[in-house]
Amino acid sequence: MRSPNDWVSLLETVPDPEIPVLNVVEMGIVRSVECPGNSIIIKITPTYMGCPAMDAIADDIQAKLGPIAMEESKTLRVELVYSPAWTTDWLDDAAKAKLEKYGIAPPVKTSDKRALQGEPSEIHCPHCKSKDTRLVSLFGSTACKAHYQCNSCSEPFDYFKCI
Amino acid sequence: MNARCEYLLRLGDDALILGQQLGLWTGHGPVLEEDIALTNIGLDQIGQARAWLTLAGRFEGKGRDEDQLAYFRSPAEFRNAQLCERPNGHFGDTIARQFLFDAYATELHAGLCQSEDSDIAAIARKSAKESAYHFRHSRAWMIRLGDGTEESHHRIQQSLNEILPYAGDLFHTDAVAASAASEGWGIDPSSLRDPWNSHVEEMLKESGLMRPESTSERTGGRIGQHGEQLSQLLEEMQVLPRTYPKAEW
Ligand SMILES: [Zn+2]
Repeated sequence: MRSPNDWVSLLETVPDPEIPVLNVVEMGIVRSVECPGNSIIIKITPTYMGCPAMDAIADDIQAKLGPIAMEESKTLRVELVYSPAWTTDWLDDAAKAKLEKYGIAPPVKTSDKRALQGEPSEIHCPHCKSKDTRLVSLFGSTACKAHYQCNSCSEPFDYFKCI
Repeated sequence: MNARCEYLLRLGDDALILGQQLGLWTGHGPVLEEDIALTNIGLDQIGQARAWLTLAGRFEGKGRDEDQLAYFRSPAEFRNAQLCERPNGHFGDTIARQFLFDAYATELHAGLCQSEDSDIAAIARKSAKESAYHFRHSRAWMIRLGDGTEESHHRIQQSLNEILPYAGDLFHTDAVAASAASEGWGIDPSSLRDPWNSHVEEMLKESGLMRPESTSERTGGRIGQHGEQLSQLLEEMQVLPRTYPKAEW
């Protein structure tokens, strides 16, 4: 019989549908796994309230892990929770490195209020590593990204918004 | 109807109607980046609306979910502020409407983080991050347009003059608002007026825009009084689920 940790390992095989280079555990979307009685309850939290990928993520988890639960004669349920609110702090260094390799500038931690009021301090170009970049738009291709351009190599790139 | 349900409908309907309006910008933004920005903000609003309306349905206790509340209520049953249903107009009109709302929403969500209702506090903490980000966007545009060319200054001033009177509903207080504050699960919106005003004043100072002189406020949205615009908006938003009530997609 699988332990909650075993289920977390299985969840690591489910990629984020919008950023497939990270899995749902690395993204910080999976908040807890509990195995009371004959059920397995997986709690997930959205990156953004309107994130259209949440339904797809719940479906993906169910499709991949549901049959495995059935083998143990258990039912698997995916629940959506809002608290605690998702934050980019949950992306560890390994996840950030994967993002950068994939071409998305990882979130830059700003301890003060500047992150919300003004520009984040220093966003590196994921392609040429130049620090000379500019914000094109606060909003990008998905809810979790902003749009930047590199002044050195001219390449546009996504920046993972720090929230 | 109980006060908490009523209060949550107000929160949910503001977000839903504004989100729907912003969605209408899809493919019509003045530049691609703003097309994406407005629709992203709209998506956040819809996400917030889903959470508030789900909770409203639970307090209503009639088994209605977010979809039933969004698609099967008539205009007079909607509790959104009249500000949210004002037409998109041109880009400046949408930005002025959004700025006034975002300045309110950042304060509202920050306040609701302290709610004694853990579900309300959880949704507020999530929404607070989003509304602060939206505010940064709409504020920057108010300043950019106000402090821009003669043409942009003139037009955004017009937009502000037209929309400002509709902010009245946002701070409307009544028995529902009083219960929210006294019972500790919500806040009285009238307490948000001063912080909101400071945001507006700061923006005016930076953008060189003027506060319009006559601002006799319009209210009524919280008791279901709406303009024709809302009926048209709902007609379009609700037509599919009303025509095919059992449809799933
Ligand atoms: Zn570069």
